Amino acid sequence: MHLILFIVFAGLCLTGAINLLLQSHPINSALSLIVVMTSLAVLYLLLGAEFLAAAQVIVYAGAIMVLFTFVVMLLNAGREERTMGSRTWRAVGFPAVVAVLAVIATVILKAQGLGVARLSDGITSTADLSKVLFTELLLPFEVTSVLILIAILGAVALARHGHGDSDGKTERTAAK
Amino acid sequence: MSTFLSQQVPLSWYLLLSAVLFSLGIIGFLIKRNLITVFMSIELMLNAVNLSFVTFARQWQFCDPSTQGCLLAQAHAVKGQIFVFFVMMVAAAEAAVGLAIIIAVFRARATLAVDRIDLMKL
Repeated sequence: MHLILFIVFAGLCLTGAINLLLQSHPINSALSLIVVMTSLAVLYLLLGAEFLAAAQVIVYAGAIMVLFTFVVMLLNAGREERTMGSRTWRAVGFPAVVAVLAVIATVILKAQGLGVARLSDGITSTADLSKVLFTELLLPFEVTSVLILIAILGAVALARHGHGDSDGKTERTAAK
Repeated sequence: MSTFLSQQVPLSWYLLLSAVLFSLGIIGFLIKRNLITVFMSIELMLNAVNLSFVTFARQWQFCDPSTQGCLLAQAHAVKGQIFVFFVMMVAAAEAAVGLAIIIAVFRARATLAVDRIDLMKL
């Protein structure tokens, strides 16, 4: 059961990620990213992280991706134009990616003492998680709320129109 | 039925999946030419790292209670999942600010192509 579920959802994950790269329209990429995130939520469940699976669906597949699709619609982003970029990234970028993957894979495959995951292993309950989160790690938790508040203020300040029309005009002429 | 349920998956497979997803994220970051899609590739990389956090948390979860340091290891397991929770919160903040920056850039340059946003290029 575990093996089948893992293969199905790992396959979905990889298909979604590859589809994200192949699609030329941003909205299609966003939808494939939602597929990736939802199947990751199932993988979290398989690993016994029930709270994280729920949070993954709500926060990532829900909130963040809604934000993405909303911005895609708002900016009316069309098909991207494929340019080949500089020659440097082709010569350096791809071998670097392959090297990174090879190094990580070798380290993982050589690692001793890695366990196995079974369905019968049970799950880390939300109660266990919150017990640690709200006692030992209360301060980091509260600090994160301040971070989110700052992020909201920053997003509003960045996304609203400039102070008056003249300011926006100078920006636009400077850009030209 | 019991053999069916007791099928197991090595944790290294999860880690390999995470590594492959991360590499796909890097490739997307390199080859995509749309600002929003580049940003999505970053989200993909964040997700890949989250998966390996959860996997390592699973690794620490089970130990022989008689051995020394078992309680500590289980505490590590819970903290590994909490770390993913924090990464999610930071990712949410990052997405909000990043998309606001994208909107500001689009307003100033009227384009989303990364090749055209080159004011800081030498």
